[in-house]
Amino acid sequence: MAFEGLANRLQNTMAKIRGKGKVSEADVKEMMREVRLALLEADVNYKVVKDFIKKVSERAVGQEVMKSLTPGQQVIKVVKEELTELMGGEQSKIAVSKRPPTVILMAGLQGAGKTTTTGKLANYLRKKHNRNPLLVAADIYRPAAIKQLETLGKQLGMPVFSLGDKVSPVEIAKQALEYAKNEHHDYVLIDTAGRLHIDENLMDELKQVKEAANPDEIFLVVDAMTGQDAVNVAKSFHDELGITGVILTKLDGDTRGGAALSIRAATGAPIKFAGMGEKLDALEPFHPERMASRILGM
Amino acid sequence: SRYRKVDEEFFEELEEILITADVGVQTVMDLIDELKMEVKRRNIQEPKEVRAAISEKLVEIYQGEDGAPTDLNIEDGRLNIVLFVGVNGVGKTTTIGKLAHRLKEEGKSVLLAAGDTFRAGAIEQLEVWGDRVGVDVIKQSAGSDPAAVVYDAIQAARSRKVDVLLCDTAGRLQNKMNLMKELEKVKRVIEREIPGAPHEVLLVLDATTGQNAMSQARQFSEATNVTGIALTKLDGTAKGGIVLAIRNELNIPVKLVGLGEKMDDLEKFDAEKYVYGLFADLVDEA
Ligand SMILES: Nc1nc2c(ncn2[C@@H]2O[C@H](COP(=O)(O)OP(=O)(O)OP(=O)(O)O)[C@@H](O)[C@H]2O)c(=O)[nH]1
Ligand SMILES: Nc1nc2c(ncn2[C@@H]2O[C@H](COP(=O)(O)OP(=O)(O)OP(=O)(O)O)[C@@H](O)[C@H]2O)c(=O)[nH]1
Ligand SMILES: [K+]
Ligand SMILES: [Mg+2]
Ligand SMILES: [Mg+2]
Repeated sequence: MAFEGLANRLQNTMAKIRGKGKVSEADVKEMMREVRLALLEADVNYKVVKDFIKKVSERAVGQEVMKSLTPGQQVIKVVKEELTELMGGEQSKIAVSKRPPTVILMAGLQGAGKTTTTGKLANYLRKKHNRNPLLVAADIYRPAAIKQLETLGKQLGMPVFSLGDKVSPVEIAKQALEYAKNEHHDYVLIDTAGRLHIDENLMDELKQVKEAANPDEIFLVVDAMTGQDAVNVAKSFHDELGITGVILTKLDGDTRGGAALSIRAATGAPIKFAGMGEKLDALEPFHPERMASRILGM
Repeated sequence: SRYRKVDEEFFEELEEILITADVGVQTVMDLIDELKMEVKRRNIQEPKEVRAAISEKLVEIYQGEDGAPTDLNIEDGRLNIVLFVGVNGVGKTTTIGKLAHRLKEEGKSVLLAAGDTFRAGAIEQLEVWGDRVGVDVIKQSAGSDPAAVVYDAIQAARSRKVDVLLCDTAGRLQNKMNLMKELEKVKRVIEREIPGAPHEVLLVLDATTGQNAMSQARQFSEATNVTGIALTKLDGTAKGGIVLAIRNELNIPVKLVGLGEKMDDLEKFDAEKYVYGLFADLVDEA
């Protein structure tokens, strides 16, 4: 059955070989089969799984597992360690520019959660760091995108900079920066329209916004339910923009969220925050270890 | 193009392509097992021949025995109600805009219900779509009861004698009990007001979604008895292959396909074309 926890599966595998007294390489291979399935069912990218299994197999046929009295547990431990390692340390830090304002650019596919996360991040910066952010409405395409950000701004009691939907995002970004300097905002959060990573025009536009705004952080916002395509998306955004971090949204759902691992492997960029709901306080620092357990269904 | 044999390497590549299309590892392994037997039985050697076999098998998984209708259940001479459900950000509101446009082009009168009273700017978003395609939107203020909005919309649809009422709802994750209950209530209001309605409950699925889509289909079906899927964002590089398993396990067919953000970017679902697209890369280079 899909989504059954890895621990269960490995235990079942172990039960089959328990009578044998000694764990062989073939047994480890069988266990790795289960690990592979668990990762694929959790949406970890096919190629990432392949590399991962290769790496873990090497450790698993080593002394620490083979000589252990509980090889099943030992394999889980190795898998978890490697997964956590791959996902990086805790990284909820946000850049601070020596010359304020600090500029943060939000980017990602359609519907990933950029606008909502922009609001959450502003809230976080004010609450946790006593900052005074300016929200910038640079999505001129999606119907009522500006209105959406303005509504969030109102809920937060924070200003939203907008020039309507007839001015280019590049121009909006430029003017927003001027405005922020004059009004002594120490952070500028730029919400952008969702776009496909293969949309050359819109990806180009984003590059221009980057050039104009010279951001200190470029966050790729990714839906935690994303499947195998996460790697393509993250790679493309990273190649075009050079992202500095990832924010994983909708982790309040029941997805395993294997995309987290794929993105991390594909870009090397740290996952900094996790979106845990629709409300404006539902943003948390990302915990690599918890994520590893979740991907494994433990 | 290079010559290919139908060997172990071929099947490995097929496995990779299908898993990468989010078909799901178990479905893919079962399929490949069957395919290998078929290839042996029919003594297939050329990739060209195996192409037909793969297509057949995939369509078989997708359609099973019966070919449940994949057309929208919209009939002349009655008020048709379509309820849109799904998790956050998948494309519900946009698909409503596109479908309204298509129905209007077919000469039908359409009304929209702004049943997402929760998300910031959701009502205004639907209103922009209403303006764009030239149909009215029935709304209340933000924060009001979605069931009440839908009730209002049904009354308006009745008195205006419109052909189709499309009901938007707020995105919600399927594991949120209270929000799923709220959705059940919206559906109950529709059932109570119009016998036989809603005529369609469309689950909107983002093609970028991985295996969690199965859980979405299961939970939303349980709450609202989903009758079809609108698979959005197929203009990207994701394939949404999980719809195969959803159809196979839950018998919910894909009825609409979203291919962009403009009002014309909506198509009917063509199972054979879709299925072929899943593995075209493999056989085209063969
Ligand atoms: N449950 C949950 N919902 C979220 C989370 N983050 C965002 N959402 C919801 O996801 C949907 C899409 O969010 P948006 O902020 O509009 O996404 P976006 O990336 O700005 O979308 P576009 O601008 O259209 O590309 C909305 O319904 C949000 O309320 C989260 O962490 N958890
Ligand atoms: N590329 C592409 N984008 C789409 C498609 N359908 C919708 N979108 C975009 O996806 C984003 C989210 O669409 P919405 O219609 O707001 O999604 P929703 O399900 O109503 O979102 P919530 O109400 O917040 O849950 C918007 O930016 C849409 O323009 C599609 O078929 N292709
Ligand atoms: K999404
Ligand atoms: Mg947005
Ligand atoms: Mg909506």
